[in-house]
Formats: sequence, structure tokens, C-alpha cells
Amino acid sequence: MASVSMTMNGKAVSGEVEDRTLLVQFIRENLRLTGTHVGCDTSQCGACVVHIDGKAVKSCTMLAAQADGCDVTTIEGLADGDLHPMQLAFKENHGLQCGFCTPGMIMAAVDMVNRKGKDLDEKTVRTELEGNICRCTGYHNIVKAIQDGASKM
Amino acid sequence: MSEGIGARVLRKEDKRFITGNGKYTDDVRNDNQCYAAFVRSPHAHARINGIDKSAAEAMAGVEAVLDGHQLTGDGIGNIICGWAITSKDGTPMNMGAWSALATEFVRYVGDAVAIVVADSPANAKSAAEAVNVDYKVLPSVTAPEKALESGAPQIHPEAAGNLIYDWEIGEKDATEAAIAGAAYVCEMDITNNRVAPNPMEPRSAVATYDTSEDHYTLYTTSQNPHVARLVLSAFYQVAPEHKLRVIAPDVGGGFGAKIYIYPEEIACLWASMKTRCSVKWTSDRSEAFLTDAHGRDHVSTAKMGFDADNKIVGFQIDTIANLGAYMSLFSSAVPTYLYATLLSGQYDISNIHCNVRTVYTNTTPVDAYRGAGRPEACYLIERMMETAARELGVDAGELRRNNFVQEFPHQTPVIMAYDAGDFGANLDAAKAAADYDGFEARRSEAASRGKLRGIGMSSYIEACGIAPSAAVGSLGAGVGLWESAEVRVNPVGTIEVLTGSHAHGQGHETTFAQVVSDRFGLPTDNVQIVHGDTDKVQFGMGTYGSRSGAVGMSAIVKALDKVEAKAKKIAAHLLEADEGDIVIENGEVKVAGTDKTLGWHEVCLGAYTAHNLPEGMEPGLKEGAFYDPANFTFPAGTYICEVEVDPDTGTTEIVQFVASDDFGTIINPMIVEGQVHGGIAQGVGQALLEQAVYDDSGQLLTGSYMDYAMPRADDLPNYKVSHESTICPNNPLGIKGCGEAGAIGSPPAVINAITDAIGNNDLSMPATPAKVWAAIQAVATKEAAE
Repeated sequence: MASVSMTMNGKAVSGEVEDRTLLVQFIRENLRLTGTHVGCDTSQCGACVVHIDGKAVKSCTMLAAQADGCDVTTIEGLADGDLHPMQLAFKENHGLQCGFCTPGMIMAAVDMVNRKGKDLDEKTVRTELEGNICRCTGYHNIVKAIQDGASKM
Repeated sequence: MSEGIGARVLRKEDKRFITGNGKYTDDVRNDNQCYAAFVRSPHAHARINGIDKSAAEAMAGVEAVLDGHQLTGDGIGNIICGWAITSKDGTPMNMGAWSALATEFVRYVGDAVAIVVADSPANAKSAAEAVNVDYKVLPSVTAPEKALESGAPQIHPEAAGNLIYDWEIGEKDATEAAIAGAAYVCEMDITNNRVAPNPMEPRSAVATYDTSEDHYTLYTTSQNPHVARLVLSAFYQVAPEHKLRVIAPDVGGGFGAKIYIYPEEIACLWASMKTRCSVKWTSDRSEAFLTDAHGRDHVSTAKMGFDADNKIVGFQIDTIANLGAYMSLFSSAVPTYLYATLLSGQYDISNIHCNVRTVYTNTTPVDAYRGAGRPEACYLIERMMETAARELGVDAGELRRNNFVQEFPHQTPVIMAYDAGDFGANLDAAKAAADYDGFEARRSEAASRGKLRGIGMSSYIEACGIAPSAAVGSLGAGVGLWESAEVRVNPVGTIEVLTGSHAHGQGHETTFAQVVSDRFGLPTDNVQIVHGDTDKVQFGMGTYGSRSGAVGMSAIVKALDKVEAKAKKIAAHLLEADEGDIVIENGEVKVAGTDKTLGWHEVCLGAYTAHNLPEGMEPGLKEGAFYDPANFTFPAGTYICEVEVDPDTGTTEIVQFVASDDFGTIINPMIVEGQVHGGIAQGVGQALLEQAVYDDSGQLLTGSYMDYAMPRADDLPNYKVSHESTICPNNPLGIKGCGEAGAIGSPPAVINAITDAIGNNDLSMPATPAKVWAAIQAVATKEAAE
């Protein structure tokens, strides 16, 4: 067992976890923040993307213990007020259907803007979305949403 | 701004999803929560000599290790296929037994043998690995045509030679004669590749048994919770219906894979009773690849005969369909009544004959996947139309137009009676949007860059809202295919609609509210859609086959009719007017031609105070309805795909994809376009990327996202989507359905485009770069030889 402490969505949290506990399991099971999803077991789908010290990370790909001392943001903690501009853009552009991939998409999109700027062309968005899989939308409206959200961030 | 029918209303359900507050099955956690893991067969076919559970039972946190003998010993019934197909010789289909946990034989890799319940998912998985099953490995077969060969491994004792049924539709002799007399016959061997549905939320079940009430609650990833309850109760004897509540909360995509009742839900419910724990199981993605019902997997040979005027005179098809190791819930209907009945396409064909043999193989069960039979039919017809046009030297669009059904209703020779359509309008719209006539200039320009550019077309028709119940019953369906709804008007005038449809991405909470808004002029915020809980909604058949608009909304309309009629009676009484003069609009109830008005909420309150109702009227304002359609609906359209192929690498880029669809009345264009985008993406995925591949020993090689090529954002284009609608005459809103069209119409358009680009028609799905490159080389080799 390991003792882990981190900042989660601005609040100090800690817990006792088995060494093998993944960060996503700690987030979902220990902290009961269920907006971060698990869609695969090979770090491909991106449904579990969170921000760690400001960078997008697949939370199924690191141990909870590795996040000890880190500043973690999940979809639940993304907005300052009601909605982050990227969240709103997904709604306004119909960038989601079943909603399962959506938290990971939004967290990846915000990170994309942080790295690539607010003026994102379609090709850049599509290339940068390589690590996030959606089965519902065909990506058309997700790409539009990210370009729109980026311009409003 | 109107929020009624036709308005582009943003989705009411989005906020919970974009903020991480969606409630999916795996998010449920009960008191006394335990976790299940399944012991699964690592072999495609084997005899179980024995199961040693002792090591697993002794491990930390393990509550129970339960096997198939215990399951059947407790009277849990076998999993069944709910649609009885009769072979052409009059014999019933040969259905093999399927126990939720295998007892004597395992028949595919992933077949469940035992369930382990422990205090954590990790402990359950560790213990499952410690269960020692003694297998005697048997020969196996995965390819459908090989399963029918003499000497093939026998998979079920009930199905000699692995043949489940040998079925036909249409007139064989007349069709053969018509083709024999044809001026030109197009002949093709066509394979429809096996794919894995892959909703992004893996399947999950949380089962809880209440000892004191002898009552079960099941949270599950279902597209049809009432059907799940019915089947779990009536056929699998897990619990009587009134002692079983099934809740399908937010469900992360279905695409067919979440229609069926799988071994895991049965085992979790039973294990919750055995252990007195709440038992949760959530599939890994690897488990999902092994156990979620796969789609397609047809092998066909076909002949299409044309007369000297290029009119189709006969179409004959021989299909072998792979149903996998067991018959899943609707598996038998997919390659018969959902496939062969659509083989007339958009065309006026007098003679059609199709023979279908379905077979058992040592693979994951196959059932309906987005489109379910219609994509297989469309792919056959539209590959052949394009091929025929090339061989006849005529324009592919004009060959289609020359054969289009022009008058409606139109009775095809394969059961379906098309009720309405304008196929030429969609062809014209698609051609215009694609600048079809300007293609050759674009081809030349691409050639100057060293790229092979091609264009391909597909004019699809499909059938949604499978119905009527009496008709499908006569064809072997074990259920009726109606829908139910209840409209509850609250005393303050807000409205709850309880529907038997289930949303798992389709946006029903918005579109269904729009229908109510349209009727009474209320804001959609005043309407709440309730679904997915058997304790709340009386009954429903769920969502699949693009039925929620055509059937589900029609039930809501029928209930709204009753609510409106009663509200008008109350208003007429209160306003001392004639009932026929009452109109309800913009949230007000008025006497036409006067200034006499009541607020909608005042009429509703009047219904509940019951202080002043017409004599003999019951208080309250709540109505229910069941709606059984008169016919299928027939969405249709034309898709045009344009590709550029890199001849050095065989890589295909889709440079343009145009869709013109006829969906009848459109409730919310934004949502309909989204459905088309997603459908096309799945069709393009099947055409370019996806295939479930087994090796010779029956191991699934494509068992993860590292191996199975899911379409990603940079694999897909933007889509140009438009509509040319005719109104469906058979339901009150004129809706046809839009959920599957994209997946049905797109694969042949893609392959037609690639084969046009490379000049080689011998290309199968998925058209991977390796296959396309080889096809290019084959042309080059042939030309060099000449």
C-alpha cells in the first residue's frame, strides 16, 4: 500500500492505495469523480485524459503513486465558473452524442490550445486528436467544436 | 425562437456530459459492492474435463467462484435467439444450447466458464486467473464457408454440419430464367467483412439482490431495458418480471451491441443472489472485442442480369452468413428479413432470388450492428451497379436512374412495399453537391500531382421501424415491435414524457421534447423525457433499427392527442365555449376568434383541482398510448465519395464525401446531421480500416485498439450532408429514421471510388494500403504482360 497526496481540482486530497492502483482508478473509485472514463485497456482511446501540472495525460497510463504531489485537473474541475469555453463549444457545435468520450476530448482539446494556440486549422486538430477515439460523431463536429472553443479561450 | 419540429435546438442532455456528470453503469456503486471477473476460454473449441476452483476460492477477498453446473443446477435457462427462421424445406432452425456459463464445451475464445466475485476488481481478476480449467482442445473453424465443408469440426450437436438454416426468398426458377435471357450479366463474389461495434463505453452490469423483498435490481448498458427484463425473466428464469427492475442509465453508445442479453448480466444477477453482494462487472476493451456481438461477416456470390435497355431483369444471390459460436438474440433475423428483403435496392426489379445459409463457427456470436443486414444488401447491390456501369460503358448515376422505382407504393418481389420516395431527387442533389460533372478535371489535376483520383456512388435504401407486430410475428419474431409512451402533465403545466425508447447518444431528451413543444407551444425546458427504467416506464421495446423517431415518437404523438383532447374539453367547459373552437398554441388555450384565453397552466391546474370539470370527467391529465406501425419506413439517398490514392503506398485519402438523404420529416436537423456523420464514419471505417481477424486456431488477432483499426479523426473527412425529403405516409409525423443510413450507404461508395481510382475492381473491404497497393501492382503487372 502507498499513501498518496495531490491537489485535485484545487483541493488537497490523499488516500491509501495499492501500489498497482492506476491514477484513473484513484480518481474514479477513491475520489468518486466519475467524469473521467475508461474506454480501453491499452492507452489508446483517451476517454481518461486529465491534466497533470497543466499537461494532458492519460490517467490510465500512470500509477496513482506517480501523481503524488501533483496538481491534477479533471473534467469536473475544468470550468472557472459555469462552463469552460471548450465545454460550451462542444454543446454549441453538437460535438458529442453519447458523451462517453467527451470529457477526455475536452481535456485533450484544452491542452491542444495550450500547446498550439487559439488559431487551430482543421488538419492540426485532426492530427492532434490521434489519441482520442469517438465512435458516435465521426469527428466532424468535434473538430468544429475544438476550433470554435479554441478561438474563445 | 421556435423549439418545435424542424428547429435546430441545442441538446438538453449535453450539460451533464460536458461537465463529467453523466451517470453510466460503471459509475454506480452500491453498499456492499463486490466485483465480478469471468474465467474465459482461451481456446476456440474444447471439452471441459474439469474445473479446479480451490486455489481461487482461497485467495484474498474472494466471495465466490461459481460455475456453469451450479448455474444450470439453480434452474437458470439457456440463452436463446428470439426470431425463429424456417428453412426452405420447412424445418425449424437448428439452434444449439447456450448456457451463460459453459458446462461441457467451450466454443469460442472468450466463452465464459465461471464467474468470480471478490471485494475489488483486481482481486476478482487475480482469482479468475487462478481458476484451473482442464480443457481438451478440439479442432475449430472460423470461416463460414469452411464450416459447411464436410469434415469440418462439429460445433453444436443440434446443427449437423454447422448449418443453422438454409432459407430462401423470391422466385428461383423465374429469376434464373430472367438471368439466362439477359443481354448482359454482372457476376461478382462479394465478402462483407466482420467488424466489432465498439461503443466507447464498455458493457457493464451492476446486480443487486434484496433478500427481504426477494427482488433484483440490475443497472446495465442496454438499448432496451424492458426487453432485457422480459428475456431475463421469461426465458432465463433469473427472476420473475415483477421482482426484477432493470435500469439502463446513461449508456455510452450501442450500435446494436447493447441490444442483446449476454451471459454476464445473467451471471451477475444470479451471483448477487448467491453471494448476497451487489455484483458489478465492467468489461475491459479486450473482453469487449471477444464478447460483444460482432457484425456483418457475409460471403456471397451474385448475378445481376440486364436487358438491352440496361434494365435489370433478374438478381440472384447466394449468401453464407456467419453467426459465430452461438445464436445471439436477433442474429437469425439479420441475414434474412433485414437483409434479403432489401435486395431490390432503389430499383424496379421483377425477379429476385436469394438463398441464405447461416452457420456456426468458433467465433464470437454475430448479431445486428448499425444497419444490420441492410449494409450487406446495399454493399452487394451498389458494388454491382457500379461494376455493371463500368462494364456496360455507361454513367453509373444514369444506370441507376434508368432502374429507379418511380411510382409509389411499390411492391418489391422480396416482401417490402416501398411507401414513398424520390430517388432521382437525391441522386441529383448528391451529384450537384459533389460537382460530379467536374470530376474528370479534378482527376487530371490529381494525376499531375502523381495521385490516382476516383469517384464512387451508392444509392441506398433501407428499412426502419421494423413492423407491424403481426407481420413480424408471422415471420418468426418472438416479440411485437410497437412502442409505448405516457405523457404526464403536472398541475403547473410542465410535462414528463415516459418513453419506451432508449437514448444512448441519439438526443431523445431534446428531440422528443421538441415534439411536445411543437404541440402546445411550451419551451422544451418545461418538458422532461424519462426513459431507461422499468420501474418508471411501463413497457417499451427500446432503441435499435432507427425506430425511435418513426415508432417511439409516434407513440408520444398518440398520447399527446389524448392529452390535447382532454385539455380542450376542460378548457371548453371553463371558457363556456364549444370544444371544437379551442386552440392550444404558444402555451395558451384560446377560443378561436375571441379574446377568451386561459394559460396552459390554468387548464392543467383545473384538471388537478377538479373543482370545475365537465360532468363525469376523471380528474388529472395523464395519458398513455401504444403505437404499432402499419409498415416499415424507407429512408433512402445517394452518397458520393471521392478519393485520392497514393500509388506508391496504396494509402487512400477521402477528399470529399457527399450525402443526400431522404429521412422524411426532420425534427432537429443538427441531430440528424450528427447521426449521418457518425454513420458514415462507421461505414468508412468498415470500408478502409476495420476487420475482426481470427487466426487458424480461432484466436482473435484484433483484440485491442492496438490491433483493430478504429477510425480516428485524421482518418476521416468532413462530410457534406443535405436532405431531399418525402414524407412517410405511415406515421403521424412523417418520419423515416436516420440512425443507420450513413453506415449502410457509405461502404460501397468508398470502394467504388477506390476501384475507380486504381482501375482494378478486385478489391475487398477493408481497403487497407497493403491491399490497395497490391491491387495497383496487379494492374501494372497485367498491363506489362500485355
